[in-house]
Amino acid sequence: MKIHEYQAKELLARFGVPTLRGQLAHDADGAAKAFTALGAKVSVVKAQVHAGGRGKAGGVKLVKSADEAKKAAAGMFAGPLVTHQTGPEGAKVRKVWVEEGCEIARELYLGVVLDRAARMPVVMASQEGGVEIEEVAEKHPEKILREWFDPLQGLTGFQARRLALKLGLTGDSFKAGVPLLQALARCFLEKDCSMVEINPLVVTKAGGLIALDAKVAFDGNGLFRHKDVQAYRDRDEEDARELAASEHGLSWVSLDGNVGCMVNGAGLAMATMDAIKLAGGFPANFLDVGGGATKDQVCAAFKLILKDPKVKAVLVNIFGGIAKCDVIAGGILAAAKEVHLGVPLVVRLEGTNVEIGRKMLDESGMKILTAKTIDAAAKAVVKAATGGNA
Amino acid sequence: MSILVGKSTRVICQGITGEAGKFHTTKAIEYGTNMVGGVTPGKGGTTVDCGGASVPVFDSVAAAVATTGANASVIYVPAPFAADAILEAIDAKVELVICITEGIPVNDMAKVHRVLEGSGTRLVGPNCPGVITPGAFAEGEHKTGCKIGIMPGYIHRPGTVGVVSRSGTLTYEAVWQLTQLGLGQSTCVGIGGDPLPGTTFVDVLRLFEDDPATEGIIMIGEIGGSAEEDAARFIADHVSKPVVGFIAGQSAPPGKRMGHAGAIIAGGKGTAAEKIKVLKKAGVRMVNNPAKLGATMKDVLAGQA
Repeated sequence: MKIHEYQAKELLARFGVPTLRGQLAHDADGAAKAFTALGAKVSVVKAQVHAGGRGKAGGVKLVKSADEAKKAAAGMFAGPLVTHQTGPEGAKVRKVWVEEGCEIARELYLGVVLDRAARMPVVMASQEGGVEIEEVAEKHPEKILREWFDPLQGLTGFQARRLALKLGLTGDSFKAGVPLLQALARCFLEKDCSMVEINPLVVTKAGGLIALDAKVAFDGNGLFRHKDVQAYRDRDEEDARELAASEHGLSWVSLDGNVGCMVNGAGLAMATMDAIKLAGGFPANFLDVGGGATKDQVCAAFKLILKDPKVKAVLVNIFGGIAKCDVIAGGILAAAKEVHLGVPLVVRLEGTNVEIGRKMLDESGMKILTAKTIDAAAKAVVKAATGGNA
Repeated sequence: MSILVGKSTRVICQGITGEAGKFHTTKAIEYGTNMVGGVTPGKGGTTVDCGGASVPVFDSVAAAVATTGANASVIYVPAPFAADAILEAIDAKVELVICITEGIPVNDMAKVHRVLEGSGTRLVGPNCPGVITPGAFAEGEHKTGCKIGIMPGYIHRPGTVGVVSRSGTLTYEAVWQLTQLGLGQSTCVGIGGDPLPGTTFVDVLRLFEDDPATEGIIMIGEIGGSAEEDAARFIADHVSKPVVGFIAGQSAPPGKRMGHAGAIIAGGKGTAAEKIKVLKKAGVRMVNNPAKLGATMKDVLAGQA
């Protein structure tokens, strides 16, 4: 789960990370008021969306008066913010964060992620702050420092000191840097984060440290034990269909194609998408109905797929292990009764109770194309989606 | 012969009184697995009726092991408590722990790994279908297989192909193709779809290479992480048996988690294209169509003979 910058800063501040004063605004007038209330000579208006790359896209503006703050915010609220992470349609800006300015001497990068290969979390740090870490990793991999830490112990004092020294922190900034690094690691572990990032971490002219931008994301599997983090969830920023699917216990990813997919199991679902692409088509979605799909879930899944106007044909690919083919067939038939199936349907069933399932579909009187293998099913559905011209 | 599990495997089920635990213990017993007990804290001293078989329940893994001599445990405990269940099994020195549970917080697993390293326990999973060494299983037959997990037993046949995979249903798909073609399996291992699996491709490839009963290996990977890249290096240097491979997620967009917690292309790393490239270079026969896994294995084995 992703959260906004202002929420990430609030969370990090609770762990002792220094941040600047700021206020949230929901409209342009609010941004002007926030500027006045902060009373700083220079402030920054920052669009709050769940996507990176805001600066280059005009989502971050330096302002020197309430009027400028109002204009900057109005511009952000007016149109979608198109960054390299939002896709061409961009993201709608619903709130802006107005924050006082600061004097920058140096910009650093700090991040904590899980290193899957090392099976341990790692603090990544670089003196090249303010640019994307992927860019640094590509051009100057030697400039990224790494400190792996034991999740049972956290980032120890000597490890934090080692990193702080390598980052070139001295005097006051060293003294502030060591606990800051440990706070970052503590936040990562205690709140079940999948990523904590401060970029840039500013070293001020006075030698202080400030988190100028912050990004925090959470492991969805750990959310159940963090009520405070759950409260950060912003449903407006999430894909409506992914959200609806998750409420039915289904795993969904929206894609750009015109072939709707319903599959059980994540691996088989990905393989089915691959087979569609191999057959010359494009999947409209990834959908895993899970190992033990119920009739209601299958029904809900069907409705979600058919809601997408792009969908020109639907492929159901089920290998019944725990999920039984007759249950899946029952769900398909129940859904077909409730919603008008206006597009061709290709079904491929295999596994437990496959004969009963196939018989149910055959005897339903519905127009269903059946296939025996994944590639035959993929070819049939792509042909159907393109009106038989494939 | 086989790897990891066989007729000498004595299995307990952690979470046996739950719906999934009871259901799959029943199925395992039907298949011929030696299920010697179960664990549910607070229900020690009772028994669970698993399709007519009465399975004793213990309060702790240690008590279950002491009484039954179990050397393997399968875990169906809900995600919030599953990491603790794994730690309990490690503490009781269970040799093989298979965790089926999906949705364990990844930080819990990072902590488990610190304890796992240096212990004598092998963990398979979490978020996996389990491990099966197929055997005869029909009614009236002497049952010779060992099934620990949620895979449907009837699709398997005893034989010489080893299967290792990050995906459950895709494994069933491959196994079913093999069975239809008359190729049985030595052992099928689901290593699971999580970012921090207890057992990796490399671990299982090593076991298959050393297993005289395994003649060919099917390896099914997916996007995310670098386990397939590690496997490619290992295969190039240490695997003499033919390997047929498939990577799921060639059409997956970056930055999106595709169902499995571990199936995500992050920062441009973990793409299917990269994995396919390095596996091909290591000599693995890669198929771009999962429907061809079985037939390709058959060709490869025929070419060998």
